[in-house]
Amino acid sequence: MHSSLWLSALIVLPLLGALVAMAVRRTPDAAYRVAVGVGALEVVLTLVVAVLYKSNVAGAQGYDFLSRHVVSAPLGLAYDVALDGLSLLMVVLTALVLLLSLLGGRDKRREPAFVSWLLILTSLTMGSFVAHDVLEFFVFFELTLVPCYFIISGWGAKERTRAALKFFLYTFTASAFLLIGILYMGFAYQHQHPTAALTFAYGAMAATSMSHATAVWLFVAFAVAFGAKAPVWPLHTWSPLTYAEAPTAGSIELSALLAKLGSYGLLRFAVGLLPLAQVSVRPYVLTLAVIGILYGSVLACVAADLKRFVAYSSLAQMSFITLGIMSGSTIGVTGAVLLMFNHGIITIGFFLIIGFLERRRASIQIADFAGLQGPAPVMAGLFTVAMLASIGLPGLSGFVSEYLILIGTFTTHAWWSAVAALGVLASAVYLLWAYQRVFHGRALGANATVTDASAGERWVLAPVVVLIVLLGVFPQPVLNRITPSVHTLVTQVATASVIK
Amino acid sequence: MNTVTIPSIHYLTILPVLLYFGAALVLLITSALWRRTVPMLFSTSVTVLTSVAVLVTTYFQWRGLDHAGASTTVAHAVVLDGFSVVASAVIAVSVGLAALVAHDWAVRENVRGPEYQILAMAASAGALLMTQANDLIVIFLGLEILSLGLYVLVALDRRKTESAEASLKYFVLGGFASAIFIYGAALLYGATGSTNLSTISYFLGSNVVLRPGLLVAGGALLLIGFAFKVAAVPFHMWSPDVYEGAPTPVTGFMASIVKVGAFAALVRVLISGLGTQLDTWRPILWVLVVLTTVVGAALALPQRNAKRLLAYSSINHAGFILIGVWAGTARGSAALLFYLMTYAPTVVATFAVLTVMGGLGDERHSLESYRGLARRQPWLGAALAVLLLSQLGAPLTAGFYAKYSVLAAAVDAGGSLLALIALLSAAIAASFYLRWTVVLYAEPDDELDAVRVVVPRATAIVIGAGVVLTLLFGVWPGPLVTLAQHATVYFLP
Repeated sequence: MHSSLWLSALIVLPLLGALVAMAVRRTPDAAYRVAVGVGALEVVLTLVVAVLYKSNVAGAQGYDFLSRHVVSAPLGLAYDVALDGLSLLMVVLTALVLLLSLLGGRDKRREPAFVSWLLILTSLTMGSFVAHDVLEFFVFFELTLVPCYFIISGWGAKERTRAALKFFLYTFTASAFLLIGILYMGFAYQHQHPTAALTFAYGAMAATSMSHATAVWLFVAFAVAFGAKAPVWPLHTWSPLTYAEAPTAGSIELSALLAKLGSYGLLRFAVGLLPLAQVSVRPYVLTLAVIGILYGSVLACVAADLKRFVAYSSLAQMSFITLGIMSGSTIGVTGAVLLMFNHGIITIGFFLIIGFLERRRASIQIADFAGLQGPAPVMAGLFTVAMLASIGLPGLSGFVSEYLILIGTFTTHAWWSAVAALGVLASAVYLLWAYQRVFHGRALGANATVTDASAGERWVLAPVVVLIVLLGVFPQPVLNRITPSVHTLVTQVATASVIK
Repeated sequence: MNTVTIPSIHYLTILPVLLYFGAALVLLITSALWRRTVPMLFSTSVTVLTSVAVLVTTYFQWRGLDHAGASTTVAHAVVLDGFSVVASAVIAVSVGLAALVAHDWAVRENVRGPEYQILAMAASAGALLMTQANDLIVIFLGLEILSLGLYVLVALDRRKTESAEASLKYFVLGGFASAIFIYGAALLYGATGSTNLSTISYFLGSNVVLRPGLLVAGGALLLIGFAFKVAAVPFHMWSPDVYEGAPTPVTGFMASIVKVGAFAALVRVLISGLGTQLDTWRPILWVLVVLTTVVGAALALPQRNAKRLLAYSSINHAGFILIGVWAGTARGSAALLFYLMTYAPTVVATFAVLTVMGGLGDERHSLESYRGLARRQPWLGAALAVLLLSQLGAPLTAGFYAKYSVLAAAVDAGGSLLALIALLSAAIAASFYLRWTVVLYAEPDDELDAVRVVVPRATAIVIGAGVVLTLLFGVWPGPLVTLAQHATVYFLP
């Protein structure tokens, strides 16, 4: 087993970076350079962790880097970190999102504060993904709202205040259910083990026995909190406004990363801790996911601006993830975990390109664009790669994950899978149509003079394209790392369904 | 031949009360003998030093508890236990901080004279008495001493009619509540044969009350009296007007000290005295909590005046603190104490910022006047933002653990639904705290209107202390939580 200091470093480093960035705020550009440096270091660190990670540490059930320190026994508060295949991908994604959104979404208004908030957000997201204690996860999860709120309300577009408030209230309200659910589980455990101190450790929570009805209630409470974050239809209504109003870096953080907190939480805490209930509510959540896929696809067709377009297509993609998570098969869950990462990467690509277009034309309305292919062929090409990956073209990353999800779901719930497959078709429709409207046709007026992607912009998008292709043709090393953890999780669910 | 037997008195037990009373008297007499007005510096120093002395006394009381455990004195009417000691310490800290704010306010407003400090110390003596009372009569005494001081304090700004109006309103309604309280005490005496909480508890534990009408009526009236003092819905009507009309430092004093005193006494009456009747009063409190949290948060939404908004926010907080009482367990009482420990300094510091922002005449309290504050004065703006986030219950501030611990106590006692409703009300409350925070960081509309406010040194210390405590215990709540838990272990049964 490796030292947990690696994980603690991942959390602490961005915080230190934020402090340094604020300390050097008087020097122009210094804060930005500090942030980019920290971002690069963070990416390197996560890659080291990814290489070091061993899925077969004895008695750790696929976890590595474990360590637990009780902070306050009466409160049941502990600092407890661990990493398994599920968290591993998310941790890498977190670092990548930070670096790429800094490089591609630079915002020079009050920059030191902006990069500090981004760094703080990264630290908290890292904390959420490596937390191995339910209460600790909640604290990190809840805290991510604060930097998000300030990023949106401080640097967003015209309606930023309303968007930020809506986002905050939505998640804050939904997470009330989560906190009460967590407390309920903790005290259920304590009442069963009167001699033990109050604890919210993941292992203890998993060992809590409860009646089936209670488990279903808890599952619903968890699903509300995570469903609002993911988002799952019908709890998605905050996302189009928020994505559209947030600054580029904020949109990337929200859709590529923080949405994954929702699906990660659903998988890790709802499915992982309440396998029995998962079996019972599965048909309902699967139905919601299928509705989300179709609903998101239809609205993506009619979205008027590019950010809302990505918001709705994300809803469809996130619903695919929910479908895989709830499928109850190893293949489906593996696909979902992979899609969480792939969708993150693809969305970074989309929002970066939208941000670049916004810089040039000061607009994100689809109607304002036409024929950009002529003046900006490289940009069009890069958009095409992200688009094709999102559609699920074989050979690109989206294909592997969507394919696994559909197959996995088909083995357990064939009908849902069949309807969801329509979503793949629909994604081709809305993506290609959007591409046509923006890049095809004749470029007139301001569109004719749009400059192509600069060298800097190309370099920012290069890792995105590389990852899309790499994970499309050679996903095996990544799959090898997630499968053992997924298998442990799904076995629980399978055992539960046998018991039932 | 009638003889009056004087009960034995353990002076260390009532030393905090005596200190405040004594200091108030000394200051009163000095101000009468002094040729001119007593210098402000002198009267403020007396209050601050007395508060420090009380704090030191509570330390020795706490040390004594380790050896001797909880005890009573003055014919079992006054208690010395962990709960009272910690609550007294919280009061002492709040009085000291509030005195500093009031000092700067009085200098600015040119309200020279020791009145504030005398009245504040006398009122605090009443609050301390409430935390230590083990007898309904003593609670009533404490309540009246506290309230009488406050009635005058609220009217301290003689040049403003709102101040007098608020005082009158508070006085009339407060008198009414006191009458209800003492009537409840009388009925309870009728039902149980004693006003002493230990005796009441013993009586109820060893007898079956066949016709509990008198008992229930007495308990209900007591509860109404308390609900009025802590401004629980539907007995909250006075609080926005009084909070708004009173001079801002007085509002801060009220918001912290009254809550500590009243809640400490409420815990003692319900848990220590009427603990056997848990099943009767719990449903009533349940409704009270739901109303107080939800109505408090909802009515705060349309407010445009910072003081009124904080009045409703403090109603919401009162609802949360009541949850600790509702739980009826040691965990609940500890959580309540922890809530008070973190809430009192936060709210004093928040009103310190409001006092500063109020400007000459104490009148600029519209939320609009806060626009762009954090841009003009980053430290003051950030301090207010932290204090607001703590009241919102954001993690890494003490307010989060305060809310967390009462909710945990509720869930532990089987009140998951109650906890959920309260937490959803916190989500409503979050929207107005956040709106205010955003205003702080917004672009100022009109540069001409945006004046930099002067933060006097003493007030700056108070604001700084509030922020530091909020963040320190937000990151490291362990010691305070343990203290609250130990305090409840020493609770007099």
